Amino acid sequence: MGTRGHLLEPIVDRGGAAQPLLTVQGLTKHFPVRGGLFTQRKTVRAVDDVSFVVHKGETVGIVGESGCGKSTTARLLMHLIDRDLGDILYDGMAVGADLSLRELRRGMQMVFQDSYASLNPRLTLEDSIAFGPKVHGLADRPARVLARELLDKVGLRPEVFAGRYPHEISGGQRQRVNIARALALSPRLVILDEAVSALDKSVEAQVLNLLAELKREFGLTYIFISHDLDVVRYISDRVLVMYLGEVVELGPVERLWETPAHPYTRALLAAMPSMDPDRRTESAPLAGDPPNPIDPPAACRFHTRCPFAEPICGTVAPRLATLGADGHQVACHLSTPGSGHSRAPSELARKG
Amino acid sequence: MTGLVEVRNLIVRFSGERTVHAVNDVDLTLEQGEVLGLLGESGSGKSVTLRALMRLLPKKRAQISGSISIGGRDVLALDDDQLSAFRGQVVSMIFQEPGLALDPVYTIGDQIAETVMRHEGRSRSEAMARALDMLEVVRIPSAKRRLASYPHEMSGGMRQRAMIALALACRPKLLLADEPTTALDATVQIQILLLLRELQREFGMSIIFVTHDIGVATEICDRISVMYAGQIVETGACRDIVRTPAHPYPRGLLASTVRGARRDAPLGAIPGAPPSLDVAPVNCSFAPRCPNAEARCLAARPPAIEVAPGHLASCVLAQPASSEPLPG
Repeated sequence: MGTRGHLLEPIVDRGGAAQPLLTVQGLTKHFPVRGGLFTQRKTVRAVDDVSFVVHKGETVGIVGESGCGKSTTARLLMHLIDRDLGDILYDGMAVGADLSLRELRRGMQMVFQDSYASLNPRLTLEDSIAFGPKVHGLADRPARVLARELLDKVGLRPEVFAGRYPHEISGGQRQRVNIARALALSPRLVILDEAVSALDKSVEAQVLNLLAELKREFGLTYIFISHDLDVVRYISDRVLVMYLGEVVELGPVERLWETPAHPYTRALLAAMPSMDPDRRTESAPLAGDPPNPIDPPAACRFHTRCPFAEPICGTVAPRLATLGADGHQVACHLSTPGSGHSRAPSELARKG
Repeated sequence: MTGLVEVRNLIVRFSGERTVHAVNDVDLTLEQGEVLGLLGESGSGKSVTLRALMRLLPKKRAQISGSISIGGRDVLALDDDQLSAFRGQVVSMIFQEPGLALDPVYTIGDQIAETVMRHEGRSRSEAMARALDMLEVVRIPSAKRRLASYPHEMSGGMRQRAMIALALACRPKLLLADEPTTALDATVQIQILLLLRELQREFGMSIIFVTHDIGVATEICDRISVMYAGQIVETGACRDIVRTPAHPYPRGLLASTVRGARRDAPLGAIPGAPPSLDVAPVNCSFAPRCPNAEARCLAARPPAIEVAPGHLASCVLAQPASSEPLPG
């Protein structure tokens, strides 16, 4: 970005195009839940053995319902909470000797769902955006110049909005400010955690267009977390599906929409309202609510609600297996040859 | 032949620190057994309209004028006792948050039984039997056990079902639903929508369903009224509104839907934002954002034009029963 050459030093790409920007391996986080005096301590198994990569320049969507662990995963990636197990590598480096937390913050930023809670109500919009750069060593005046440029970039005229406060603008405008603030440190990766979920549809469309534009202009990589499958399909290159703390399926977006392999993915897709008054949905794909991540079902966590469940599913936990050269993976005995499930294929049915 | 619900010239204005002209001259009709969707975004006036139908708006701050007739009763003329009898028995409401309807310190069974005893004068055991019935009707598993559950002991989807059971316990003629599925996970949302559809058919009740989601409206509504800036800008059969909207606002909404949008192209977003409602509209509220706006749009409020039988759009450019597509 030409106008920012004199401001914060852009982050240098160290790994090259082939190095994933983010490598996540075996990420695990459990939260203890305090019981009463005489009840047993329980554990929320919020994120369990989650592994995936994010390539430079792509958008990875993460979908799942309440309790699936997608937001906890985002916070773990951002190092806002500490993980119990697993590795997180940014451009091939772990926070520690190779990469300080401060440097990570320059490289990776997040936009949250609640646009109002994300902004200090006592700071003007300009101050909020300038804050991060100042913490990272930029002087006051250049930080304000940067803030104004970013306000302009996100479609908020600085002469009107720089001096305003969060309560004086709408939800959509606040989210634009949050995006501007996320970009202020020149990150390469932006995590959007339900960033458009609280917005009206017409505002959502505007913000999605803005995100696409900024991605092109700044060469960004996105992780887009959402419960809205339509938005995820529109914006993502690859998608991860999470259920009760685990990744159950992942792959190129069109592959998942066309041939979803995991029964939960199929249920999620089938649960979307039809949009055609002559072809209304006739039956719900799943009964009941998503279960509690405290003491999830044994082995395959989905087996208690799965129409294809067999005894093997309750005794042996399925592991992510590759279905094709396009990177489609699924953790399900139905698709894994030799799993013991009566409907498992005898060999890989599809190559590439 | 008057329908179950007849609303004419409904105006709601909130006074106080700021004046908000929330509902600006709304007409609504609903027949018995019909499901009408009120579709709109934040600030469109849809929730205020719904609450006006049950007189749930704050007495001091809300000025209501116009006429509201439900089941032949003049709702605005009811006194407090009559209102109390009216709510739950003739009209009932379900909300986005079950916490608004369910009392946290009473069991589900007690709450449902209370409304049956109050409205129908039944004994407690008869009322409890009805409560059990209702929990089974809304498909709550282990219904008998759940009679003794407190709201906090149930999951989100179950609480929503319990709230529906409570709302329908006295078989009201009209159910008002204010975004009841918005806060639910997708797999639970579709269960609740199907349940409401089934109950509507079984009990023959009418529903006014407020939502911002076109997909949800399509799943459950027979007809849809689209609201913008406190007014109804278009009304028609669900099929007509979703397939061939005549007013530029619903057209814009449908053009900006994400489903089916091409990945490499920007979404057709409506520019700008809705007007603040601090003054009553004197002309077309959508004109500032409309691709087809002309001088006459700013001169006066557009009339409702019948573009096809039962399909009305408030736009000067709407053609009565025409085959010409609108420009842009």
